[in-house]
Amino acid sequence: MNKVIAKENLGKNVVRFEIEAPLISRKRQPGNFVIVKIGRKGERIPLTITGSDAEKGTISLIVQIVGVSSHKIASLKVGETVTDVVGPLGRPTHIEKVGTVLCAGGGVGIAPLLPIAEAFHEAGNRIVTVLAARTKELVILEKEMRAFSDELLVMTDDGSQGMKGLITEGMEQIIRRETIHKAVTIGPAIMMKYTSLLTKKYNIPTIASLNTIMIDGTGMCGACRVTVAGQRKFACIDGPEFNAHEVDFDELLIRLAGYKKEEKYNYGEFLKGKVAN
Amino acid sequence: MIRDEWRKELRKSMTAKERMAIKRVVMPMEDPIERLKGNTEVNKGLSVFEAVKEAQRCLDCANPPCIQGCPVGVDIPTFIKYIEAGDFLKSAQVIKQSNLFPAICGRVCPQEVQCEKNCIYFDKLNKEPVAIGYLERFVADYERESGTTYIPEIGKISQVKVAVVGSGPAGIAAAGDLARYGYQVSVYEALHELGGVLRYGIPEFRLPNHIIEFEIDNLKKIGVKFYTNIIIGKTLSHDDLKESGYKAFFIGSGAGLPKFMNIPGENHVGIMSANEYLTRINLMGAAKQDYDTPVFYGRNVAVIGGGNTAMDSVRTAKRLGAERAMIIYRRSFNEMPARKEEIKHAMEEGVEFLNLNEPVEYLADENGRVNRIKLRRMELGEPDASGRCRPVPLKDSEYSLQADMVIVSIGVSPNPLISMHMPELKVTPSGTIEVCGELMKANVEGFYAGGDIVRGGATVIAAMGDGRKAAFAIHRYLSGI
Repeated sequence: MNKVIAKENLGKNVVRFEIEAPLISRKRQPGNFVIVKIGRKGERIPLTITGSDAEKGTISLIVQIVGVSSHKIASLKVGETVTDVVGPLGRPTHIEKVGTVLCAGGGVGIAPLLPIAEAFHEAGNRIVTVLAARTKELVILEKEMRAFSDELLVMTDDGSQGMKGLITEGMEQIIRRETIHKAVTIGPAIMMKYTSLLTKKYNIPTIASLNTIMIDGTGMCGACRVTVAGQRKFACIDGPEFNAHEVDFDELLIRLAGYKKEEKYNYGEFLKGKVAN
Repeated sequence: MIRDEWRKELRKSMTAKERMAIKRVVMPMEDPIERLKGNTEVNKGLSVFEAVKEAQRCLDCANPPCIQGCPVGVDIPTFIKYIEAGDFLKSAQVIKQSNLFPAICGRVCPQEVQCEKNCIYFDKLNKEPVAIGYLERFVADYERESGTTYIPEIGKISQVKVAVVGSGPAGIAAAGDLARYGYQVSVYEALHELGGVLRYGIPEFRLPNHIIEFEIDNLKKIGVKFYTNIIIGKTLSHDDLKESGYKAFFIGSGAGLPKFMNIPGENHVGIMSANEYLTRINLMGAAKQDYDTPVFYGRNVAVIGGGNTAMDSVRTAKRLGAERAMIIYRRSFNEMPARKEEIKHAMEEGVEFLNLNEPVEYLADENGRVNRIKLRRMELGEPDASGRCRPVPLKDSEYSLQADMVIVSIGVSPNPLISMHMPELKVTPSGTIEVCGELMKANVEGFYAGGDIVRGGATVIAAMGDGRKAAFAIHRYLSGI
């Protein structure tokens, strides 16, 4: 169980895995995530399911190396196993035919966006996609996203691919040009804060998928709590998707940075240990 | 009540007066300074000599009231008299007729409001009760360390499959009994380790992990199968289980959601539920060398609440180096729901008790990390619906104190995952599964439930009691008796 079937580098520090997980592959829907743990002493971290193959009994996950746990996962080789995989967690995306859906993804946020764009596409919507990253090497899954998009725009901070500029600039161009019935935005919290402000300005119903700190993923710990429309919500069981216009992103940004010092220190020690070995 | 000869003899071997003259045993403990350095169990357990002497105190009442106080009806006088007679293994067997997990219950049951409260010494003679909990633990530990553990007899093996959801106290109690009735039992656990709250919630210094592992291994020996990382309702639905042949279900999925107070600043960094804090430490090993999960180390740690979980949290924080570890509780010691022994241990360890205080707001530094708590003082008013005096805020009593970490331990709500995926299951407005009385039967055919998913937040032993009752009801349902 949980064997790594295939592995592929998608870009700088971003890795895609195909993992044997037959039960999860049968149940997962767009928007769902899993919690994985590497080794007996590992940490439980949430990862969105990018895709699945129920016949093969596999799911695919995308990991960006940012700390000890993601480094450990990314170091797994084909044939090795992920110690623990549990899911599918979270509420699936509510898919409906609305007309035109604007999909705005930044960085590894593009990974969870892919199955959602696919589902909206299959439901008969027109899909316009804006992908954004700091630089060319960080734009992932462009080809896959293109397959479900009627139109796709790439924005990079440095102009090394597509247009130079922020994701919001690309989005606004499209919003001004045509009627958008729904927007889906997934990426770093700071990006989602601004993409949400933009769609709010144009009164476009928007969903954001939040990647919070989590331990169990079943509602037990409360680490993932976020304020949505002034109410406390748990991203793991009430989300991970919420009405983006109601999410308190400033609070989310502070909470996401909560363990930054500890994580940075641990990763430094981990890398030192790697060198020493 | 007919007594065996040996017991009559034993009874005559000492007069009641002699028995009553013996002082209640004092539990040998790890020194408070020493125990703060690590995670060793605080109570060391009784010696053979101490246990036998304590057993001699028991008057072997004709109508033992202690049994009435036990949620699972352990035959307390009989197991105690076997201790007095020196037959500790037989004593363990007696307990295991009603309770498969004496090593756990002897450690975590609130005996002072159950069996020991009913003990004639306490109830009628105004003396300290017989130390039933200590004796239960003694017998269980003796048996485990003897290497000859009593494996209960199993009834006629049946091919009928029963699924148990959750491997916490309710689940393992149900699984144990169902296996003894002869069923094929599978326990599904959402986390990566077994034991539920025994594992993620109760710290090592109160209930060492090796004891949980030992008890679960014993269940495996009688044929119970355990599956981790499976969430019923998510990974597998109950329909999937039905399709693979399960005929009855016990839901012991526990109290999932931590409650918060809904006061300003409660989402600041450094404020977390007791579930989160204890899970990081106990389940994830966050404070151990080489474990990847991070945890905060607070200098001034405030724990909100007065239950066992609050005591576990505050004492954990003290062990992790907190200079001030404080309990903030809105009532007084008299109303505090924690076990008396935990409160005593916390005091010995230097925990401060800010009783009759209630937080009203949390303040944070420029990084969003909590740094102060605003509190107000309370006084006790008239008793409320729970029978405890209602805390009433004192006018103009607000003040603040430093805290760089806050652990909110004011209770939990039931886990909603099962009911979310099984809308036909009847739940109360507070989200607990509705069961019909002693049968623990839910409104859906073949479904039974118990523990915190039904009670909303109770004790380990209450959950075990539910599990046993449900197992019996399932047995009746499946065998048609």
